[in-house]
Amino acid sequence: MHFGYTGEQEQFRDIVARFLRERSPMTAVRAQMASDRGHDPALWRGLAEELGLTGVHVPERFGGQGFGLEELCIAQEELGRALTCAPFFASAVLATTALIELADEAEQQALLPALVAGERLATLAWVERGGLWSASASQLVATPDGDQVRLNGHKHYVIDGLAADLMLVVARTPGSAGDAGLALYAVEASAEGLTRRGLATLDTTRRQAELVFTNCVARRLGAGRDFTTGFARVLDRATIALAAEMVGGAHALLDASVEYAKLRMQFGRPIGAFQAVKHKLAEMLLEVELATAAARYAAAAADANDAETSLLASHAKAMASDAYMRAAVEAVQIHGGIGFTWDNDTHLWFKRARSSAVLLGDAAQHRERYIALTAVAA
Amino acid sequence: MNTPHITPDDTTVRAEVRAWLAAHWQIDRSLVEWRQLLVDSGWGMPHWPREWHGRGLPIALLPAIEAEFEAIGAVGVARAGIRLLAAATLLEHGTDDHRRRFLPRILTGEDTWCQLFSEPGSGSDLAGGTTRAEFDGTRWTVNGQKLWTTSAHHAHWGLLLARTDWDAPKHQGLSFFVIDMHQPGVEVRPLKQMNGYASFNEVFLTNAVVPAENQVAKIGDGWKVAMTTLAHERRNADALRRWGQGSPHAGRIYDEERAEIETVMEPYRWYPQRAGRVDLVLPRALATGRIADPAVRQEVAKLLMLSRASEWLAQRARHAKQSGKPEGPEGSLGKLVASHVARACAEVHALISGADAMLAGADSPENGIIAEILLSVPATSIAGGTDEIQRNIIGERVLDLPREPRTDAGPFRDIPRNPPRPRS
Repeated sequence: MHFGYTGEQEQFRDIVARFLRERSPMTAVRAQMASDRGHDPALWRGLAEELGLTGVHVPERFGGQGFGLEELCIAQEELGRALTCAPFFASAVLATTALIELADEAEQQALLPALVAGERLATLAWVERGGLWSASASQLVATPDGDQVRLNGHKHYVIDGLAADLMLVVARTPGSAGDAGLALYAVEASAEGLTRRGLATLDTTRRQAELVFTNCVARRLGAGRDFTTGFARVLDRATIALAAEMVGGAHALLDASVEYAKLRMQFGRPIGAFQAVKHKLAEMLLEVELATAAARYAAAAADANDAETSLLASHAKAMASDAYMRAAVEAVQIHGGIGFTWDNDTHLWFKRARSSAVLLGDAAQHRERYIALTAVAA
Repeated sequence: MNTPHITPDDTTVRAEVRAWLAAHWQIDRSLVEWRQLLVDSGWGMPHWPREWHGRGLPIALLPAIEAEFEAIGAVGVARAGIRLLAAATLLEHGTDDHRRRFLPRILTGEDTWCQLFSEPGSGSDLAGGTTRAEFDGTRWTVNGQKLWTTSAHHAHWGLLLARTDWDAPKHQGLSFFVIDMHQPGVEVRPLKQMNGYASFNEVFLTNAVVPAENQVAKIGDGWKVAMTTLAHERRNADALRRWGQGSPHAGRIYDEERAEIETVMEPYRWYPQRAGRVDLVLPRALATGRIADPAVRQEVAKLLMLSRASEWLAQRARHAKQSGKPEGPEGSLGKLVASHVARACAEVHALISGADAMLAGADSPENGIIAEILLSVPATSIAGGTDEIQRNIIGERVLDLPREPRTDAGPFRDIPRNPPRPRS
């Protein structure tokens, strides 16, 4: 395991960071937040074509760059820091990883290149009302109908579910329960029997939708692969990538708070000179750095197919959830009254922190999973 | 043509030290007699200058030399405790006379040392000491109190920081001395801690005498010298754990070394408990069955994650240092995170122990270790720089936040300070 980035990785980070500073400044974030689509297609093309970000972790035979989760997480950290409005987590992380881990080679050949090229957007839909993050909680039923499959049921909290051209949906065979009978299905946005409704979200920089399937035509993917182990790999990797995005956001909050504490004058001195504020910032730095160390260690471990990957994913997410949320709360506090206003940007990260802390399981759920895995190993 | 100076490489040094050890190492020598050979040959401190009992070798060669010592079980010079800090300080700031008088007996282990810096009235604000040293033309007379002085009860010599100018600003009025601890003006009393141990002492200096030649560096330069000592203290903290272990072999020289280590390391016996003993958390949660309680599971997970992530942070700092990258924030965070880990350990041990957390000694779980953890952890966030000072350092040096306005500039005489600690 290594504990630092190579020169190439540092360069990659700089390139992504510079691109996002120029093309996704806060004015652009605010414009997209308020837009119907929720993201800017020109920015998406830039991410895909100019940076190749959408395929950074995709094998070269599918048009990707053939790097690993570590590089994907470098991109995620920067996207989280910039709070970029883009369907990156849904399409490049969730759906692309699902195709890599769960689809057959021919299906990958057919579906991945368009996602990598940024021509099509995809998402992964596995959670339903009630918000259980395990695939085994899926109630959506897939009934065979000749060569095709008909889906009946719903999916909830689907990230960028309205923007997606392709939905990868987890469903079960009629009468099955638990892990048995689960599989991944592809549904086109234009499919008959699919109704999509955008959900009103706390965090408007990342959209969600509800999908209702009524005799909706779908295609089974990955008939030749084991769904349960593959899907566990998808969730572990997506969890680590989300943790990376979150620590990027937490760093942005910390930086903004430090900057403000140096400038804001009260009682004749910058508020950062007061220990009450200085010590808060020192603790924020510590918590954010610990969460960063956990997220980066987990990404490197996943790339090495470390046996601890699931445990480390939970470690990374639990720490990222707490650190991001704490940074958000403290950032508002340090900015004082102005931090509670709409015009100040702090609340945008605050909202992302709050919803990301829950997405893919909150800190308590991941601590429980961590201890379950630890106690078994002990 | 001049022959260029050749720095010996790993292999030649290994061969050289191996040959020397083969000719000289005998386990039936006395410890002091053997170490005198190390002092004379320079193999005890090979990275020290040739004229001062070293061989002038680069520090990078030390691991190879130490490996040769270890290979045949040869004992090294005395290293545990304050003595090496004294040696490093005198090498850098002392006179040749100091080096001649003190260095050999430090290395042979004949003399032990202590550090008289902290005072009852100046803890975090170390430069605010009020122990005074006054010169009568031939010698210094010292009056005041020192505190937290590890090993003062058996030390021969003390590194003393004392105020010599009350009209100068705080940091500029201090001077540095070597004081003989075995004299009537020096009274050492053990200081009992809340965990029952007495690892430290308070030292009362009443008309104690320091001869003129024991002044180190210039008058008014005491703070600078003390900073050298403290820098070595931080550097040696890790190595101390290694030196604190005697060799398992039998033989006169080993027995003598073990006795020395026993004396020097005695004050540190409870230090593992002070750090919280995270290693005991999961085994005890499993053994007691408390692992089934969801509240316990949450707290154990939080603690294990914090502890492991803090190790990654430390490894990131080491990695950055090794690859020559500028130091990131990781290095400064280590002390603060250790406090968090220790505190969380105490809470989780208490949670796991339930009613047994009320008990002490042999009635407490793990034969008293749990009680010792609960009562030792509070030292972690104070000793070696309080959490509050660490947060100031992180805030000002890492985050570049503005300093608080100083209210202690100007003549030291005018600065408000604490009353003396009463003698019990």
